Amino acid sequence: MIVSNLEILPGKRITKHLGLVQGSSVRAKHVGRDIMASLKNIFGGELKGYTELLQESRQEAHDRMLEQAKAVGANAVLNIRFSTSSVAAGAAELFAYGTAVIIE
Amino acid sequence: MADLIIFITLLAMGYGFGRYAESRHYASIREREKDLNSIPAIASRIPPQGNPNFDSQLVSGSVVISVDYFKRFIAGLRNLVGGRMSSYETLLDRARREAILRMKTEARNLSAEYVFNLKLETASIHKGKGNSIGSVEVVAYGTALIPNR
Repeated sequence: MIVSNLEILPGKRITKHLGLVQGSSVRAKHVGRDIMASLKNIFGGELKGYTELLQESRQEAHDRMLEQAKAVGANAVLNIRFSTSSVAAGAAELFAYGTAVIIE
Repeated sequence: MADLIIFITLLAMGYGFGRYAESRHYASIREREKDLNSIPAIASRIPPQGNPNFDSQLVSGSVVISVDYFKRFIAGLRNLVGGRMSSYETLLDRARREAILRMKTEARNLSAEYVFNLKLETASIHKGKGNSIGSVEVVAYGTALIPNR
């Protein structure tokens, strides 16, 4: 499965478009991490726990999108976009979408 | 009185540690940027047409950075008079550059030559008192073009 955020792949030809595929994941923060985060809010600096948390959930959204792409029989997903939105206090939704295509 | 002491201690700690962390972070960013200059990240959507011998793969990098207590206080004061909020400017600048660097590191591990269609996504994920920005997440992603020989 080729995954790319370009619209055209160099040296490859798209034979069929299969439409939009998407995946999302909503995650809440963790109390322990929240305490660490509020300490970091005094000192400043990177919140490693949050970086990991968001990376994990983005990966999950990405995997769900790929599952959907496999289900429609695609062998590549092009023009991928990621987006983040906070749906409730302390929870974030991570969302990935792209176009499923068949390339030769 | 006790409140005032706590407030001043927090302010002093934020100023001291925050300044130190920021200057160290900037030094490391500059160092790694020099190192990763060989992989240009290009915001163009169209891949090179001349040489088609590239494999492509999505690469991304993300970081969550928090602002310190002192800077948040200064930004609160700035809110009264308006103007540039340099304390948040440096926060966002650091977060973006760090995210791009992490993405480029991933690209280098794949021995990529370019990263095309660079996109940056910013989200404020932790709100402090009175909806002030506590920390921001920046994610950078793009397509790494790997020469296949």
